[in-house]
Amino acid sequence: MLTGQLIAAVTTRGSGASRVIERDLLVTRNNLMVFVSGFVEPVFYLFAIDVGLGRLVGDVTGPDGGPVSYAAFAAPALLAASAMNGAVYESTFGIFFKMRWGKLYDAMLATPLTPTDVALGEIGWSQLRGLAYACAFMTVMVVMGLVASPWAVLAIPAAILMGFAFGAVGMAVATFMRSWVDLDMVNLALLPLFLFSATFYPLDVYPRSLQMLTQLSPLYHGVALIRSLTLGTIGPGLLLHVAFLAAMAVVGGIVASRRLHEQLLP
Amino acid sequence: MVARGLTKRFGELTAVDAIDFDVHTGEVFGFLGPNGAGKTSTMRMIGAVSPLTGGTLQVLDRDPATDGAEIRARLGVVPQENTVDEELSVTDNLYIYGRYFGMPRAQVRRRIPELLEFAQLTDRADDKVTVLSGGMKRRLVIARALINTPSMVLLDEPTTGLDPQARHLVWDRLHELTRQGVTLLLTTHYMDEAEQLCDRLVVMSDATIVAEGSPRELIATYAGREVLEVRFPPGHRYAGWTGLDGIGSRREVLADRVIIYGDDAEQLTSAVTHSGVEVASMLVRRASLEDVFLRLTGRRLIE
Ligand SMILES: Nc1ncnc2c1ncn2[C@@H]1O[C@H](COP(=O)(O)OP(=O)(O)OP(=O)(O)O)[C@@H](O)[C@H]1O
Ligand SMILES: [Mg+2]
Repeated sequence: MLTGQLIAAVTTRGSGASRVIERDLLVTRNNLMVFVSGFVEPVFYLFAIDVGLGRLVGDVTGPDGGPVSYAAFAAPALLAASAMNGAVYESTFGIFFKMRWGKLYDAMLATPLTPTDVALGEIGWSQLRGLAYACAFMTVMVVMGLVASPWAVLAIPAAILMGFAFGAVGMAVATFMRSWVDLDMVNLALLPLFLFSATFYPLDVYPRSLQMLTQLSPLYHGVALIRSLTLGTIGPGLLLHVAFLAAMAVVGGIVASRRLHEQLLP
Repeated sequence: MVARGLTKRFGELTAVDAIDFDVHTGEVFGFLGPNGAGKTSTMRMIGAVSPLTGGTLQVLDRDPATDGAEIRARLGVVPQENTVDEELSVTDNLYIYGRYFGMPRAQVRRRIPELLEFAQLTDRADDKVTVLSGGMKRRLVIARALINTPSMVLLDEPTTGLDPQARHLVWDRLHELTRQGVTLLLTTHYMDEAEQLCDRLVVMSDATIVAEGSPRELIATYAGREVLEVRFPPGHRYAGWTGLDGIGSRREVLADRVIIYGDDAEQLTSAVTHSGVEVASMLVRRASLEDVFLRLTGRRLIE
């Protein structure tokens, strides 16, 4: 079975983080439906937009001012949003559950594994999954004719960068959470990000002041980056988005690793 | 294992206050003490999962601060709270735990059947652990701790929540381990468990060690030979206190009875009878570890 081969491939190197990943693969093998649903959801959105909403809306203004079909405009945003959601759920709900309720990490840390192994393993697993989802989604986009440029290949590493950025911040946030109620706050924060980050309509439909606000949204930077790549509107401005996301990953990562050490080894 | 001035503080609270002790290779060493005495905090420092606030610690001839992973590789740990992986089956729990130790896949697989046998969970091997009873989970955690054939095993209240058969089974297996030369450190609230298993033990109270020795030594030092338990008629709880003054070498007042210590129970019995105190019943028994425990830690509960 494919999972079995993957387990073998991932773990032959034998480092601590890979054993954490092996555990997550083992769990996933028992819950394949959950894994598949993470991929199916954005694809359903894409179909709905292509056959429904897209027909109604027609063309919209792309990043370079030219017209693009609505589906080609929205698809990269769906890819970005699913990268964000995947990373945030895994790092907040996932980590919180395993740390506080499941005591999973207590068990791991009683073995030679270290908190760094645990953190790297969990991030690595989340990214492997993100990579699988991103590749699958890109394939669907290509088949549906929504990719306009070979630059689109870079949308996959861009989605991975988003995964690091949101995963690191999510993990940092998770270390501050005390109860399930705090997790509702995560949902509350994600929804406006999802709806108002120039995901479903171009930034210039907003008044000037709102545009500035949108540019503070981390998802906006992911959407703008991936959209420019799939539509082939490349410019030096994209590096700004990359820098924003990289900064998130670094700051989130520093806070998360410091807090995790304190919490896992009281 | 050597601890000197071992200290653990959580903010203002001192959980372990500069304790000294040694554990010899192949020995069964116990920690007794009331809730909150600092047993688990001590075990976690020994298990290299909790940094020391002060003092020095040598585990398996290494320093947990610098060689944590190497120490943990040779330890088996049964934590006070079960830490089974709720998302995996019984077999997969053992399997992945072995993998955490870096054991080769084939070697882990070979080891699983005997550990299932040990935990008497062979017929539940493919069940998810969520459907196991509390005692079964406990047995699984104990078996899991042995997957890496450790040279030292830390057991934090290993048999809490087990039925009597399972407890005896676990004791049996622990005796077997000591015959193989494995060092055992355990905490327990069961005095019979401590008497059964421990070569030496320490009694902890309020973050410090208040007594140390073999169960027999501790009983001789702190409880004497024989014990008389005196109970009073309903409503007369403490009425006899002053009346019993001076009888025996020492008296312990509990909520429902007075315990009198001495070397000759017959003499104690007649002294109580002649004191004129109204008594409902008297019971003579040999002094036990429980008496030691009550003497060293019990007073707080009454006040
Ligand atoms: N992570 C922690 N943060 C803050 N305080 C803690 C922590 N762990 C333990 N303590 C405190 O340290 C003290 C000693 O606790 P410990 O768990 O070592 O006791 P114990 O002897 O194992 O008790 P029990 O028999 O109830 O298991 C307690 O007052 C407890 O509240
Ligand atoms: Mg404890």
